[in-house]
Amino acid sequence: MKALSQRRRSPLAVFALLVIGLLVTGGLYAVASGSVSKAQADETTQTVNGSVENGSKLFAANCATCHGLAAEGSDSGPSLVGVGAAAVDFQVGTGRMPMQMQGPQAPSKPVQFDEQQTADLAAYVASLGAGPAIPDEETIDISGVSDEELANGGTIFRVNCAMCHNAAAAGGALTRGKFAPSLAGVSEQHIYEAMVTGPQNMPVFNDSNITREQKKQVIAYLKHIEAQGSPGGQALGSLGPVSEGLFIWTAGIGLMVAFTIWITSRHA
Amino acid sequence: MSQTTEYTPKTDVGRIANFVNQRTGAAAAVKEFGRKIFPDHWSFMFGEVALYSFIILLLSGTFLTFFFDPSMAETHYDGSYVPLRGIEMSVAYSSSLDISFDVRGGLFMRQVHHWAALLFVAGMSVHMLRVFFTGAFRRPRELNWVVGGVLLILGMAAGFTGYSLPDDLLSGNGLRIIDGVIKAIPVVGTYISFFLFGGEFPGTAIIGRLYVLHILLVPAIILLMVVLHLMMVVIHKHTQYPGPGRTEDNVVGFPVGPVYAAKAGGFFFVVFGAIAAIAALFQINPIWNYGPYDPSPVSAGTQPDWYIGWVDGALRLMPGVLGDFSFERNVAFPWGHNTFVFNVLLPALGPALFLLGLLFAWPWIERWITKDNREHHILDRPRNAPFRTAVGAAGVVFYCTMWAAASSDLIATHFHVSLNDVTYWLRTIFIIGPFIAFWITRRLCLSLQRKDRETVLHGREAGVIMMSPEGGYSEKHEQLNEYKRWRLVSFDTPQYIPAQPDEDGKITKKEKRRAKWSKFFLEDRVAPVTPAELAAAHDHHEVEGGDHKSLGH
Ligand code: HEC
Ligand code: HEC
Ligand code: HEM
Repeated sequence: MKALSQRRRSPLAVFALLVIGLLVTGGLYAVASGSVSKAQADETTQTVNGSVENGSKLFAANCATCHGLAAEGSDSGPSLVGVGAAAVDFQVGTGRMPMQMQGPQAPSKPVQFDEQQTADLAAYVASLGAGPAIPDEETIDISGVSDEELANGGTIFRVNCAMCHNAAAAGGALTRGKFAPSLAGVSEQHIYEAMVTGPQNMPVFNDSNITREQKKQVIAYLKHIEAQGSPGGQALGSLGPVSEGLFIWTAGIGLMVAFTIWITSRHA
Repeated sequence: MSQTTEYTPKTDVGRIANFVNQRTGAAAAVKEFGRKIFPDHWSFMFGEVALYSFIILLLSGTFLTFFFDPSMAETHYDGSYVPLRGIEMSVAYSSSLDISFDVRGGLFMRQVHHWAALLFVAGMSVHMLRVFFTGAFRRPRELNWVVGGVLLILGMAAGFTGYSLPDDLLSGNGLRIIDGVIKAIPVVGTYISFFLFGGEFPGTAIIGRLYVLHILLVPAIILLMVVLHLMMVVIHKHTQYPGPGRTEDNVVGFPVGPVYAAKAGGFFFVVFGAIAAIAALFQINPIWNYGPYDPSPVSAGTQPDWYIGWVDGALRLMPGVLGDFSFERNVAFPWGHNTFVFNVLLPALGPALFLLGLLFAWPWIERWITKDNREHHILDRPRNAPFRTAVGAAGVVFYCTMWAAASSDLIATHFHVSLNDVTYWLRTIFIIGPFIAFWITRRLCLSLQRKDRETVLHGREAGVIMMSPEGGYSEKHEQLNEYKRWRLVSFDTPQYIPAQPDEDGKITKKEKRRAKWSKFFLEDRVAPVTPAELAAAHDHHEVEGGDHKSLGH
């Protein structure tokens, strides 16, 4: 009786175990891939002084096809007159520029220029018209931010940024293939520059919107939550209830199916 | 002095047990229950997954009540989570943060509670799908199916009210949507909203009210329903899959005591252990990220828990305008104009009413169409009820499309596609997907049935090629043994019944409609192999032997 009933059950059991295996791997993959995005470069370029002359040469060679020879703009790229050194440092320093292909949004990719070249390009663009400058050490030094100020930075972030970037700064979707990226691993300088230049679909947060002090607090907050990790264990990509639901339906139910099969195949 | 012929136990335990038994008669009940037979199949255990998750919810929830304070009074947080220190928030949120960071084991318990809630509803859903696809809801179990449906809704209600308690941004956003839906109800909506929230949303009353619902009313009703549900299971006895020796009048399996009880008890600890392990390793609902509720900010990735997701998804699928047609209509009434916000009302209530209505009514719909009013204790294999399986598959696709729509933003970012395209695609699937699923599933079931028939009549292809003395090749067919064959022949699949005249000899309109459905659902049918067919097939094999199906054809 025992052998018989087990044999009868076996094809289904094998199938079920296969499905569980797949589900669990899928679940684990979702977990693992959530943490991959954190591995992003973090560099600062602020101490380097740029040369307008070198910058103009680099610009002509790498950027002019889209932005025009005098950065006046063309069909394939906007004018850069008056965007400021901060915009260049952000765009080039995060690898967004030079843009590789036209798409809904220029994604960040491996940085193509070294610090000196980036500074040169920034100096060149800054020389074309006044715009936000690259922040100095002092502006983005968050070591003096108190706990209360940091908490205030959190509030500012939730009110101004979370609707695009997610409350845990894990990123979110915008319309038509555009998205606000995860902010994990972005340097203090680039966060600051993003706020003052408003890259692509991000609004500009000038000093009357969010003061310099408050920007510092936002940066301090972002750096704090990044360093603190997730107190409750694996964060499942910090994507909220969707990843939690996916997890319970894959790993949770998968585990239960495995156990039910195991228990009902044991006979007293 | 009377004669004492009473039984006197020898041990202390025995004496206590005897004392209790004499006053309560418990032994008879235990004996009765202990002798219940429970068949052993893994798919029968998901009800238990839900039951045990519920017990874990009761335990962990009780722990949380010791520390949770459902007050909406304003306070400044001074706990140990630095990024929120000094922030103004409600006492409810602050006490939830304290549970997370300053109560020993508190975060673990919160995570146990929340993961158990997800597993509770998921377990119930799988259980319900099993019951549906095997036809276990048929007479005499229709009422228990309804109780199960009520439990599913109550589970969602318990989850939603709990999700709203911590008063963080996510829970507030959830309530905001509910408030919007309620206000979309014509004429009375605004009044209902004011009544629920004790004034203008969000007010200061709602958390306290939800708390009473969450820890008292809803769990109590769930408990009641669970008891009813289990009592009915005992009364009806468990269903079983078809198999040798299994009839409509018996149940083959193990008695509840001691084998099954031991297994079930063990399984409780398995479920508990799994939930505890998940809660210890994986974070859920990090309320500290979301910040206190404030009606102005909304975070990307704002979603409800999975079991509410489908309603959220329906809202996301609904277009605001269709060409020039706006779903917001101003309708003139004797007392003035009222705005009907159909783009909220329709998706929030339409699919839910449709799906749940169908779910509750299905046993009666099926009975009406098939005219099958017999008792059923033997389950259908899903393929042997192609129409039901197909309807179920259509329902699953319908539900899952809405469900997926609730995560449209994440689908867009993770697969690098446009959010708008995701929405257009999901709208398309929402409308035609269920029909496609119905058609494919029915075809699939019918083919599987044909394959079963083939196997019964001609056996399994053994993969052995034989050469006859004349030089012809043929493949040997292995006959199934009795047990395997039993499973493939001993079922019964409903047939199309044309419209029947009633007592007066008239064919009513309703009967005509029934006949139409019956034709649609049941006309394509693969009949089970009859004993006569089987005998004929075997004779045929004996006569023609190895020549059958020779490769030279
Ligand atoms: C393939 C075309 C292309 C190339 C090459 C390119 N860009 Fe761009 N760039 C664009 C487009 C398109 C945008 C506008 C992106 C948007 O806002 O959606 C842009 C935006 C920018 C901006 C932001 C402007 C603002 O308003 O903030 C800066 C700064 C910039 N580019 C600098 C550069 C530099 C420096 C280089 C060379 C290293 C470069 N780009 C190369 C296409 C290009
Ligand atoms: C309207 C939506 C929106 C809001 C609000 C917004 N952002 Fe962004 N943010 C974006 C988008 C879109 C990008 C991507 C730009 C790009 O790729 O060039 C971005 C990029 C960034 C980056 C660069 C990330 C990287 O990977 O290099 C930082 C840093 C940033 N935002 C910070 C902020 C902060 C801080 C705030 C609040 C003060 C904020 N954003 C508010 C949409 C938004
Ligand atoms: C019936 C099934 C139940 C379900 C589905 C359920 C679900 C939930 C959910 C999803 C939450 C939000 C948890 C979080 O903070 O992340 C919650 C919170 C809570 N539940 Fe339950 N619950 C149930 C039963 C109970 C019972 C029986 C009690 C008490 C006896 C209880 C007490 C609480 C308390 C106090 C909270 C707030 C805790 C906090 O926010 O930190 N729950 N519940």
